[in-house]
Amino acid sequence: MPLSANLRGKVGMWCLIIAESAIFSIFVVAYLYYAGKSLSGPTPAQVLDVPYLTSICLFSSSLTILLAEKALHRGNVKRFGFFWFLTIALGVIFLIGTGREWYRLIYKDGLTISTNLFGTTFYSLVGLHAFHVTVGLIGLTIIWLLTLFGAVKQEHSERINVFAMYWHFVDAIWVVVLSVVYFITR
Amino acid sequence: MFDAQPMSRPMVTTPERESSRPLVQVLHDWMVTVDHKRLGLMYFSYGILFLVIGGVEASIMRAQLAVANNHLVSPEVFNRLFTMHGTTMIFFAAMPIVFGFANYLVPLMIGARDMAFPRLNAWGFWMSALGGIILYFSFIGGFGLYGAGSAPDVGWFAYAPLTSPAFSVGHSTDYWIVGILVSGFGSIATALNVMTTILCLRCPGMKLNRMPLFVWMNTVMAALVLVAIGPLTAAQLMLLIDRYLGGHFFDTQAGGSAVIWMHFFWIFGHPEVYILVLPAFAIVSEVIPVFSRKPIFGYSIMVAATVSIGFISLGVWAHHMFTVGMTSYANAFFVASTAAIAVPTGIKIFNWVGTMWGGKIIYKVAMLFCVAFLCQFLIAGLTGIMLASAPFDWQLGNSYFVVAHFHYVILGGIVMAVFAGTYYWYPKVVGKMMNETLGKWHFWLFVIGFHLTFDFMHVPGLLGMPRRIYTYEASRGWEVWNLIVSIGVIFQAVGVLIWAANVIWSYYKGEIAGNDPWDAWTLEWHTTSPPPDYNYAEIPVIRSRRPLWDLKHPEDPDWKYE
Repeated sequence: MPLSANLRGKVGMWCLIIAESAIFSIFVVAYLYYAGKSLSGPTPAQVLDVPYLTSICLFSSSLTILLAEKALHRGNVKRFGFFWFLTIALGVIFLIGTGREWYRLIYKDGLTISTNLFGTTFYSLVGLHAFHVTVGLIGLTIIWLLTLFGAVKQEHSERINVFAMYWHFVDAIWVVVLSVVYFITR
Repeated sequence: MFDAQPMSRPMVTTPERESSRPLVQVLHDWMVTVDHKRLGLMYFSYGILFLVIGGVEASIMRAQLAVANNHLVSPEVFNRLFTMHGTTMIFFAAMPIVFGFANYLVPLMIGARDMAFPRLNAWGFWMSALGGIILYFSFIGGFGLYGAGSAPDVGWFAYAPLTSPAFSVGHSTDYWIVGILVSGFGSIATALNVMTTILCLRCPGMKLNRMPLFVWMNTVMAALVLVAIGPLTAAQLMLLIDRYLGGHFFDTQAGGSAVIWMHFFWIFGHPEVYILVLPAFAIVSEVIPVFSRKPIFGYSIMVAATVSIGFISLGVWAHHMFTVGMTSYANAFFVASTAAIAVPTGIKIFNWVGTMWGGKIIYKVAMLFCVAFLCQFLIAGLTGIMLASAPFDWQLGNSYFVVAHFHYVILGGIVMAVFAGTYYWYPKVVGKMMNETLGKWHFWLFVIGFHLTFDFMHVPGLLGMPRRIYTYEASRGWEVWNLIVSIGVIFQAVGVLIWAANVIWSYYKGEIAGNDPWDAWTLEWHTTSPPPDYNYAEIPVIRSRRPLWDLKHPEDPDWKYE
């Protein structure tokens, strides 16, 4: 069964995801390669705490966006708006968590991007992910505002699915970043 | 599906040229266009513009190196020249040109009306254009060591730690980073677009195994761009973090590694070679069958070879790093993988020759360039295999032998194929034929110049002349060779000028081409020359790899045998 023209959004998004994965994989490789090679402290074991709560929030947002997609597919725009908003809220909680962690690391533990190799690789990798979360949140918010104005309808279900792919990707990347930064190398 | 609508005869008229509209309006149309044909042409012309600029930089370098102890340019200027020449040719000449071909031809060949994402297509082009402008703005704005305007001078692969703030004072290196970063975004957008177009917008009957080889090879090219540009983007971001935020990725004093920059750069850099050469293969695979009057020999093997080149090319990057000193296991692996890539490439050469074998070859200029391509690409591949052997590379790495080798690939392979492509598709794009006499002048001058320059460039390399030196002493035995190399440049330059003159002359005075001047077989020749905005009034339905053959020979169509 050949791919048809109305699948182009999905195919395009898959291509973007592949290209983005290539970027992330290099940052992950750099993180792993430099793990434990810092010449000075602080080390990950001294300063990093696993962000369980915010990670659970981010992973749950994949579920809420899925529920939103299903609602729109069935034409329930109100339900869609609710779960879409919930997704945004969960994403924002994640970003706030990252912000608080960075604040603590910078002002209490004295770890900045230029402190040592750990700082350089940590802020780059986590920051690259946080940047993608931010871009996703901007997109989510625009769509949510459009929903409030009644511009999002059942017929946009396909397009919403395409955008949701990006959000799922951002969540999936966090699985990798979380395992590498907070579990494997800590 | 095949019984739906048979392909109708095309309209035979060539549309009138746009009559006299105000220039501002015409320019505005080009600025805001989302049409794949116009964007393809813009990509192509933009690439040619930078090809000329990069060519001028090369010519100045060759003038400097023509004789020993020359002082035409200072060492600082020479560093900028080879940096800008390499960067320009790879990122702003070769890539836009191959994207131009893909943009213009892929939708036409698969029977689509446009790319999958026309606006993204325009975005991709303008990002690439912006990248080139940023890079060249460095001449004015990128103050370097002495505070004056200065182009980047760190070499096109910009090895660490030369790029660290301590050694690259000022902003010239930043213009290099940001220019490439930005054009990389454009490349990813275009590759995504090409890929989606090919996967989703093929006309009815155009199964994957009926696509023209041109389309197949551009599919693999797009896939390589998607996976290979990311590492470069990541590496450039790391370099920016190092330079602006005090990061330590490539800072050896803080435990960082200069070698990892090489790895990251070449993880991009080697697939990049195939990103550029696969579209050249694509052009050759269309031109040779038409001018041999035979279908391509071994279609499915060609596809398989293309895909395997794509895969293998992702695992050969460290053959650029033999001289760095890797473990013997790493050396052995990269020697083996690099040698392995010669197998699918050899299959391709064999198949092109197999296509010509027993064919009724017509030596139009396009075909002449393809024949030159075959011979030169073969030699380029052979020196490639020599350099793939680590001990040989220890001797000749970073010598003029390497420079001669990769210019053989790029000029002898890619540029020759691009010239073939311009002669072959110019009638489709413009509606007029290019002049064959001027074309033959162009061909012979360019080929003679090419061989003068790059055949003889191997020799000083073997005699020990390193690359990137701005001058050399007399009595090393390098003078004669360097002089011949520099003289060859003159022939090439005149050849390119004749080509440019031909392009312009034929636009006004060329013979009317008609839809299908070469009696070709792929879909783009089914529509008018130049094609209308919508490409096809009716979306064609095809039944074989050579739809136009079927149309012209209803008594003996291909689909009976495929």
